[in-house]
Amino acid sequence: MRARELVRLAKPRPNPSRWRKPAAALSVVAFAASVSVAAGQATSYAEASGVAHATKTGFLACEVTDTGGINDRSFNASAYQGLKVAAKAIPGLRYTFLSSTSTSDYVPNINDFIHEKCGIIVTVGFDMANATAAAAKAHPTQKFSIVDYTYTPKIKNVLALHYDTNQDAFLGGYLAAAMSKTGKVGTFGGQDIPTVTIYMDGWVAGVRYYDKVNHAHVVALGWTPAKHRNFASGSFAGKGLFTNDFTNQSLGKTDAQTLMAEGADIIFPVAGAVGLGAAAAVKQAGAGHWMEWVDTDGCVSAPQYCSIFITSVTKGIVASVAHAVVTAAKGTFQGGNYIGTLANGGVALSPFHTFASKIPVKVKSALNKIRAGIIAGKISLDPNSYPAS
Amino acid sequence: MTTAAAPPEETLSEQGAPGAAPPPWWLRALRWTAEANVAVVSFCAIVFGLFVGAILIVVTTPATLTAWGQIGSAPGHSLSVIFSTLGNAFGALFTGSIFSPSAVGHAISTGQGWAAAFTPISETMVSATPLILAGTGVAIGFSTGVFNIGGQGQLIAGAIAATYVGFGVHLPLVPHLVLVVLAGAAGGAVAGFIPGILKARTGAHEVIVTIMLNYIFLNLLNYLLVTPPLQQPGQSNAISRTVPASARLPHLFGGGLRVNVGFLVALGVAAAAAWFMKRGTLGFEFKVIGANPSAGRTAGMDASKATILVLTISGALVGLAGMSTLSGTDFFLSSGYGGNNGFNAITVALLGRNRPLGVVLGSLLFAALSTGGRYLQANTNIPLDLTQVIQAVIVFLVATPALVREIFRLREAGAGKILLFTKGWGA
Repeated sequence: MRARELVRLAKPRPNPSRWRKPAAALSVVAFAASVSVAAGQATSYAEASGVAHATKTGFLACEVTDTGGINDRSFNASAYQGLKVAAKAIPGLRYTFLSSTSTSDYVPNINDFIHEKCGIIVTVGFDMANATAAAAKAHPTQKFSIVDYTYTPKIKNVLALHYDTNQDAFLGGYLAAAMSKTGKVGTFGGQDIPTVTIYMDGWVAGVRYYDKVNHAHVVALGWTPAKHRNFASGSFAGKGLFTNDFTNQSLGKTDAQTLMAEGADIIFPVAGAVGLGAAAAVKQAGAGHWMEWVDTDGCVSAPQYCSIFITSVTKGIVASVAHAVVTAAKGTFQGGNYIGTLANGGVALSPFHTFASKIPVKVKSALNKIRAGIIAGKISLDPNSYPAS
Repeated sequence: MTTAAAPPEETLSEQGAPGAAPPPWWLRALRWTAEANVAVVSFCAIVFGLFVGAILIVVTTPATLTAWGQIGSAPGHSLSVIFSTLGNAFGALFTGSIFSPSAVGHAISTGQGWAAAFTPISETMVSATPLILAGTGVAIGFSTGVFNIGGQGQLIAGAIAATYVGFGVHLPLVPHLVLVVLAGAAGGAVAGFIPGILKARTGAHEVIVTIMLNYIFLNLLNYLLVTPPLQQPGQSNAISRTVPASARLPHLFGGGLRVNVGFLVALGVAAAAAWFMKRGTLGFEFKVIGANPSAGRTAGMDASKATILVLTISGALVGLAGMSTLSGTDFFLSSGYGGNNGFNAITVALLGRNRPLGVVLGSLLFAALSTGGRYLQANTNIPLDLTQVIQAVIVFLVATPALVREIFRLREAGAGKILLFTKGWGA
């Protein structure tokens, strides 16, 4: 096996290459310096090298991005943020990442990191599930964590992170319906895949729930959940509006304009950076047109549009990745599957920021009750539990 | 590697005053190196690309930036930091793409770990495989004056066809693999035939049609990935079935080295393409039509038949590239399949001046920079983007020989020794 050869090579090094040692030391210097710069501190060479000596043998956390890259403002960036949070919690913890430019890069990138003796390797997305599982089985002592995936059966050296985002999207849908003046709200997705449509399902369910309990007739555009579905298999089939792209903002602009032309006044894009195009369109449409952001707190990740964000339907990638890294560094790592829920804080509605004073108190207290109801399992998240308007 | 190419003989015979004895061989060789011929220009482009990379490393790496700040107080220390950073960076590029001297030393002294020692070069060959195939396909089109920008679409079409045959047919290894390879070529050929027939019959420009077909095949893939039977059963994610072992290209060496038969197929295809363009009757027709369509017509050549054939053959080779990644390393499709290989193929064709040997060398260089760049980032935190800048600079300079001549003060090569082959969108 190549893998075993690599480990054997990595252990005894009687004749280290000229490059290797200084390279490792230097990467630490570069890293330390970049961290200090990021923290806004003045850095001197002496300081940087001091840190380098202190951390030379420290725990190394590594992320392999999917083809979206490290600056995708979505799960790759969030996972990396998780490494940074872990580094703050554990002094001397080093972190790094490798970008994948194509799906063929996954295996070599993971292998490079195994070679670099990373304490934990964080991979991102279902695309990398096969590569991660194969590497984990070939290297039973290497710890892994994968974002947005679950393994059945569990793999003992992989912590798979999965999020029930239909729970907080349900709250988001309820809030959108409550805030709509036109009686129409709209959503669209980046791609027809479960990690996207689970949001849309919960959101539409929330709108329908609002209609049911308030005897209202708010219509959700852009996503029609299928009538017969199998929640257990994670199938969220349905018909809806998709950009089939997570980067091209003009597509988001077009879709948001389409939805607004049909009368929607609140838009919920589930499409990563494409949502920025929707935000531009909503802002352009002027007063009375608002949005809900997805994955991260929009007022933090896209503050230029904070004034139009009612709230954000977030998923706690940062916290859960940080948790995986911290436990790996402390030696308390446990593989298996982690499911983020409202109950454990793995998914949540963000603060209302500029809308804090605009949302009626009645709606806020309703949201709190619904949240408790979902946690207690008393409110169904299945959109088919409620009649569609 | 490019300097190793033999100097063209015709260049040399033109040297020296008429009547005088030809200058000694070493003087001719020396002159040859100062001349703007293909090999020298390519070499200079690579050197300049690496030089730009070095500058970028120095001005972007925090350690060297700090060192710059202290150049007044401790110049010796600053310079040593800068040079060791550069040394480490280029060392990592080499170690990550060719071999690691320490790993080879370790393998020699202990007799173990040979696979690890050869992993970098194996990974370089793995990355180069689809580039060689797709690059050769695109180059055949370019040298016939047909601008096939549809590499990405043809690559995806080939991969889709290969995947269907991969999981849908049950045969022993050899016949199954042959079928998978043929399916890959056929898928790409269909994707190439469409713009060919449209151009021949309606005059629709192949640049537009092939670009648009890229989107069509990309979205076809996205659709098929969530539709049975291609979608992996029990999965609601956009991911295809995995092809069985009998549809996977065997590894050339043991020890987990990923370089596979696909690399040999790629070299074989490049050699066949070289023969075809140089000696084949059809290849000759292609070239004539590419150089001067009216001359070709006057000589009784059927330009529209040639267009269809060229795009079909070009598409088939690019389709093979799609197959090579699927059956060689990935074994399943997902929506990001193939990365940018369809577009990088255009780049390596440019780099290789549309000659199969050039494409092979260009692909190896490109692949080495990619795999080395990955190691560079893992090892020194210098971003992968740096190697992409180096790649871009090299291609830019290769495509503009006049600029290289100016930068390096080279003498003009004899007529026809180097030409701009991008003649524009010739009709």
